[in-house]
Amino acid sequence: MTKTSIIKDLCERFSSDIIDVFDKSSKRVYMEIKPESIVKVAKYIFKDLGARFNIASGLDARDHMEILYHFTFEEINLIISLRVKLEKSKKLEIDSLANTFEAANWIEREIHELLGINFKGHPDLRKLLLPDEWPEGVYPLRRDYKEWDKKAIRDRGV
Amino acid sequence: MAKTIVPIGPYHPLQEEPEFFTLTVEGETVIDIDVKVGYNHRGIEKLSESKTFDQATFLVERICGICSTSHPYAHTRAVEDVISVEVPERAKFIRTIIAEGERIHSHLLWLGLAGHFLGYNTVYMWAWKLREEILDVMEILSGNRNNYAMFKPGGVRRDIKAEDIPVCLKKIDSIVPTLIMLKKAVIDDPVLHARTKGVGILSKEDAINYSALGPTSRASGVARDLRKDCPYGAYDKMQWDMIVTKNGDVFDKAVVRILETFESIKIVKYCLQNLPGGDIDLNLKSIPAGEGIGHIEAPRGETFHYVKTDGTNRPVRHKVRAPTFMNLPTYKATVVGQTISDATIILAAIDPCYCCTERMAVRNTKGKMLYNGEDLVRLSQEKTEKIRRKLGKKA
Repeated sequence: MTKTSIIKDLCERFSSDIIDVFDKSSKRVYMEIKPESIVKVAKYIFKDLGARFNIASGLDARDHMEILYHFTFEEINLIISLRVKLEKSKKLEIDSLANTFEAANWIEREIHELLGINFKGHPDLRKLLLPDEWPEGVYPLRRDYKEWDKKAIRDRGV
Repeated sequence: MAKTIVPIGPYHPLQEEPEFFTLTVEGETVIDIDVKVGYNHRGIEKLSESKTFDQATFLVERICGICSTSHPYAHTRAVEDVISVEVPERAKFIRTIIAEGERIHSHLLWLGLAGHFLGYNTVYMWAWKLREEILDVMEILSGNRNNYAMFKPGGVRRDIKAEDIPVCLKKIDSIVPTLIMLKKAVIDDPVLHARTKGVGILSKEDAINYSALGPTSRASGVARDLRKDCPYGAYDKMQWDMIVTKNGDVFDKAVVRILETFESIKIVKYCLQNLPGGDIDLNLKSIPAGEGIGHIEAPRGETFHYVKTDGTNRPVRHKVRAPTFMNLPTYKATVVGQTISDATIILAAIDPCYCCTERMAVRNTKGKMLYNGEDLVRLSQEKTEKIRRKLGKKA
């Protein structure tokens, strides 16, 4: 198993799902895929290629929401990051990976409450980090986030 | 049999951290468990977006008091990954020394607490006494017992002085005989065997499914260690062994950590003895737009940082993932089916992160020491004696 063989294999197998491949360096590859293909591509990488799921990271990129799913191939020192872009004009949702592997369970709960992205089929989308009294529809990692609690004491920064 | 719900927390009786476990038990057997976290959610990812890369290194150092170097290490590597640069050799060695010193004291701290949780306070006293020596070494090297502030994007902030190296080596050597004794006391102890063997087993399949990290996964036979697999720092320069056991129970998790401590001592000693010369800093001026990932093997497993930049001196997005985020959900696989008396040690066996730094010395503004530790103990005893006399008179 080498880096080139893995990328070639993925590109051939999922030719209609992959939008773009960015070969950043010898240890990092970013691969943009269609949102609806996330489960089958992630499942193949995790179950068949035996990669470890690091984490997912969500980002509010003005015109779209972006989620990166990071996978590490320990044997060959490589991280593949699957990038999906969700249009803000449509409903913000994507299929959940929690049923495919447990490791995705908590991070999907976290992205759900911090960015407001719905994970379809997630078994348990309760709040993970935010307090129970946090209002519905307020997402702290979004760009349009405004202070909602007038009584809160916050570090205003220097 | 009737089901009972046993709440533990949010002020956890043993672990000095707010977390709330709900154990559903039938008789003595745990049949379901749920956890509520987030009492300490500080919004550091959001805060980091308003800090420069240099400031963020100090910010993430405050995430954890015990593994305080792992977050700056991962963060600086993520920033360096944006421009794909390698730091100078000497900086790599210094980073490795600090990271491994931290691993030694972190593993000893866990070992002590694990002994304490099991009611074996001798282990607790010994392990924490040894840990003091390592903290002294860290203080000599960095000026601090915790939160070393040694890292910056592009290198390290302080050099190691040549005259400090023999002192540190002597201190590290001095703990080895006692550590060997402690290792025997834990690994050969029949009571500990009875208490921890076969308890809270995390199978290899579960460890992979949950993507468990660090000693938690290595105890289950998953041979993954970033220091070997994705070498960074100076880990590929010397001979050391990855510790892997196969049973996945609490006992094996303890064994992995104890044996890893010896490997870390080996690594620190090699680095101190073979410290190369040269620069310690690349003097990075600006970070262009791009993305970077930094991951390192912290004492509890992989710490993962992702940074997205836009050419300014602040990140657009900074994602932090601490190892306990992946290790804690394994409670579902390990606690259910066990007795309630074992639940505490199983939950503690993943080494969830807690901080405990306590020390005081009184100095005047010119730096002259007015009281040292012994004086403070004496003052405290005198005060107790005074109160005792006062109360005695009243009575």
